[in-house]
Amino acid sequence: MSAFWRVVWIVARKDLAIEARSRELINTTVFFALSCVIIFAVSFVRERALGDAAAGILWVVIAFSGTLALGRTFERERYADTLRALLLAPSARPAIYVGKLIGILGLLFTTEIIVVPLVALLFQARLFAYPVLMSALLIFGTIGFSCVGTLFAAMLARARSRDVLLPILLYPVTIPVMIASVRGTGALLDAAPQLDMARLWIMLLVSFDVVFLTLSLWTFEPVMTE
Amino acid sequence: MRKAFPLLLGAAGLIFLTAPVVIARAPFESTMGLVQKIFYFHMPPAMLMLLSAFFCGVMSAIYLVKRRAQYDWIAHAAAELTVVFGAIAMVTGPLWARKAWGVWWVWDPRLTMSLLMWMIFVSYLLLRRYGGYGSETLAAGLAVFGMATSPFVYISVNIWRTIHPLTTVVPTLPVDFAVPLWYAFAGFLLLYISLLTLRVRLEEQRAAVDLLYLESEE
Repeated sequence: MSAFWRVVWIVARKDLAIEARSRELINTTVFFALSCVIIFAVSFVRERALGDAAAGILWVVIAFSGTLALGRTFERERYADTLRALLLAPSARPAIYVGKLIGILGLLFTTEIIVVPLVALLFQARLFAYPVLMSALLIFGTIGFSCVGTLFAAMLARARSRDVLLPILLYPVTIPVMIASVRGTGALLDAAPQLDMARLWIMLLVSFDVVFLTLSLWTFEPVMTE
Repeated sequence: MRKAFPLLLGAAGLIFLTAPVVIARAPFESTMGLVQKIFYFHMPPAMLMLLSAFFCGVMSAIYLVKRRAQYDWIAHAAAELTVVFGAIAMVTGPLWARKAWGVWWVWDPRLTMSLLMWMIFVSYLLLRRYGGYGSETLAAGLAVFGMATSPFVYISVNIWRTIHPLTTVVPTLPVDFAVPLWYAFAGFLLLYISLLTLRVRLEEQRAAVDLLYLESEE
């Protein structure tokens, strides 16, 4: 087991180290997220934001910028021809997957730290009223989205027209996660916050995460074998 | 399976020819009247879409483990039929909904999830078509995820309680309604099996032609 986690740590540290030096993904992802927020502000804010639009806007921005980041991380591996080297390494394939997943989660959580206050500010949304529940929604929602996203991005890394195929495959599969995240956030933003409702959606997110993570760990090995 | 094919297709054809008579003879439903009769052409393909998606997922999972082309052919055929039968359900559903609920479409969990499942299998076909070399393995991975959403579709209506009839309606249906329903279901099922056989046979022959071509090259 310790060998497994050692590989996870090495892969994740490699990705985070590259990112810390180049800041390519974090800069582009955050700027893209900002552009999305502006587009939504133009579309949905009249006198003030429409109803519970903020919850939807927040999660659409996370999904869009997440897709962009997912595509890029594996593009980098492919460009440097290191994907094959990574897969040839004498280690458990699921460990490589988990390492990659942690790298992407680090990236997305950093983006969220910037995007969440921005959405709260621009749409007058009380996103910080229930910090624990809100963090739980963000954490489990992002894990659910990224664990499928990492698998699909990895398997599409060598496919033709991968840029178009990634969102096409990823969105229908992850929409259950999106529904739970948006409805959960919406329940917290309500004029009369429904805490029980938010807790129910968090439980649902946790069960999605467990199912999707198990499936991803199981499919990564056969899908990445040529 | 090859010899059974004309028999299957014949039986399916016979059922489809006689089904209108059976459906016309069924009693009128008290509140919805004539419109309710679309049920006999909505529920069987919708149910077959679910079963087919599940079947495709199972075949894909087996393919990922065993790596035999036959399982991939069956999974591919099942995915195509999921999309076809899903399309039938997606057309008959709104027609019925317009008359019964007054709107073409509502975003209730069951409708949403069925649409999503249908979309997952459309994306499966897109992946196979445009994914290039090695896309059959990737598509198999996707189908496993597609299958994982299918129990959620079935359970969703029972958890969320919505406008769509509960799935427990079917076993408690009065005999007068149940007979034409299962008659139509048998027709759709036979059609499904015959199309599946035909499609797998096509892949089989395609593989055989490829093999012959390679041999003649050498």
